[in-house]
Amino acid sequence: MSANTAVAEKYRNNFLKEIEEQVEMGDWVKMCMQCGVCSGSCPTNFQSAWEHPPQELFMMIRAGKREEVLTSSSMWNCTSCYNCIVRCPRKLPITHIMHGIAEYAHRLGMAPKLQPTRFFSGLFWKNATKTGRVNELKLSMGLYFKDGLGAGIKEGMKMKDVALGLMKAKRLNPFEIIKGHACKDQKGIQAMLKKAYEIERSRKAAKVAG
Amino acid sequence: MAKKEYAFYPGCSSQKGASASNYLTSVESMCKTLDVKLTEIPDWNCCGASIGYAEAGELPRHVMNARNFALSEQHLPGQEIVATCAACWLGARETRERLTHSDTLMADTREALKEAGLQIKEMPEIRHMVEVLIEDLGFEEMAKHVVRPLEGVKIAGYVGCQTNRPFGVAGESFENPMYLDKMVEMVGAEAIPEYDMKVTCCGGALAFSEPEKAQAQIKDIVESAYDHGAEMIVTPCPLCQANVEIYQGQINQRYGTKFNIPVMYYSQLMVVAYGGSAKDAALNGQVIKARRLEEIAAKPVKR
Repeated sequence: MSANTAVAEKYRNNFLKEIEEQVEMGDWVKMCMQCGVCSGSCPTNFQSAWEHPPQELFMMIRAGKREEVLTSSSMWNCTSCYNCIVRCPRKLPITHIMHGIAEYAHRLGMAPKLQPTRFFSGLFWKNATKTGRVNELKLSMGLYFKDGLGAGIKEGMKMKDVALGLMKAKRLNPFEIIKGHACKDQKGIQAMLKKAYEIERSRKAAKVAG
Repeated sequence: MAKKEYAFYPGCSSQKGASASNYLTSVESMCKTLDVKLTEIPDWNCCGASIGYAEAGELPRHVMNARNFALSEQHLPGQEIVATCAACWLGARETRERLTHSDTLMADTREALKEAGLQIKEMPEIRHMVEVLIEDLGFEEMAKHVVRPLEGVKIAGYVGCQTNRPFGVAGESFENPMYLDKMVEMVGAEAIPEYDMKVTCCGGALAFSEPEKAQAQIKDIVESAYDHGAEMIVTPCPLCQANVEIYQGQINQRYGTKFNIPVMYYSQLMVVAYGGSAKDAALNGQVIKARRLEEIAAKPVKR
């Protein structure tokens, strides 16, 4: 049984409970009173980038629209500006709930594969945790070359002037491709993260089993 | 002995050859003048930033920040942690808040830290550099060192998101924080308190992944600065600085605008006003050169 079918079976007809137990800050969803201030405060929602703005997602969760919520590209449009959090009259940590739903959809393999911010988010975390510090050059290259060599060169050419400007200002170092900044105790960091993932996984699994 | 001492968390973007290396150079010069001693936390790691969320999960993200707390406690006991980067400060503060409020998260974090041979006994205070300047030193102390006021320079104070929300600087409003305007006035320049894009989001990480969305926001931020007669923009955040500065060329192509406005850090303005050279203020780190500041930095100091 896939991870998705296991949880779908456990939380059948109770998607709200699934979100409460499996998503970071998910237990806040039921507090939403549908005022829409979050949607009206969201910078990317102004560009109509959100298929379903936050308050709509909250209602959809309560209505059990599991497939529609988890496969939506909406949450991935969050810029982490925290405007929704500070304006929410019921103090829901909306930014974190959006990240949480996105992370859960990604974990289940239901998030839209081609959503560029989903790709970048994973790339960033892997880049940062590999050595303990971000390698900005490899991060940019990883993004441009995500669709293969040809597309990468085309993307890279588009960014040529931006990159040259930064290099002239000594804010982008081409040698980072060979040797970038890194933590000394990388072994400790990897062991610590491995443990953290283990604990988190077992806590979530216990809720599915319980 | 220095007037103030802190455990310093510079963050990835401030490292040599990275996108905010000019921020670090100017902060170091600024702190020298103000007699603030920053000691780098040995072997500090990335905060995970807000954009790592797809893979980070909850505990791994907090464990990353907790490792820095543990290293700080071990090597620099009793010192508050100061970050210059908005995202580092926010990430670390958020971890501090979550661990303080959840015994389970705290216990799980301690267990994971053990794997790296580390432990936390006490939760450190997490401060942003602007908090140190405003709260620990104060405007009067900051103003004392001004020997070369930036007279006649009109500057739009762009606060952005993450130094302002969800935590922000104490006593400031989320919608219209005033501290950056006060800092602009403190260095003798002209502030624009009515600059209406001061807390608009620059698009954050979407500037990389979905540039058209971020650039639509950056366009508004820059346009409003021009509309208010600003000669330059100033910000306390490394990602705001980079996003608002380096994509102006692409925005010009996309929208047919003619943007070419310098985007500075508060620390760069302060270093020039404190009598520092263009090099001390890392003015050579600008992609869009701040000619007016370079001219002022070349002038003799009024003592």
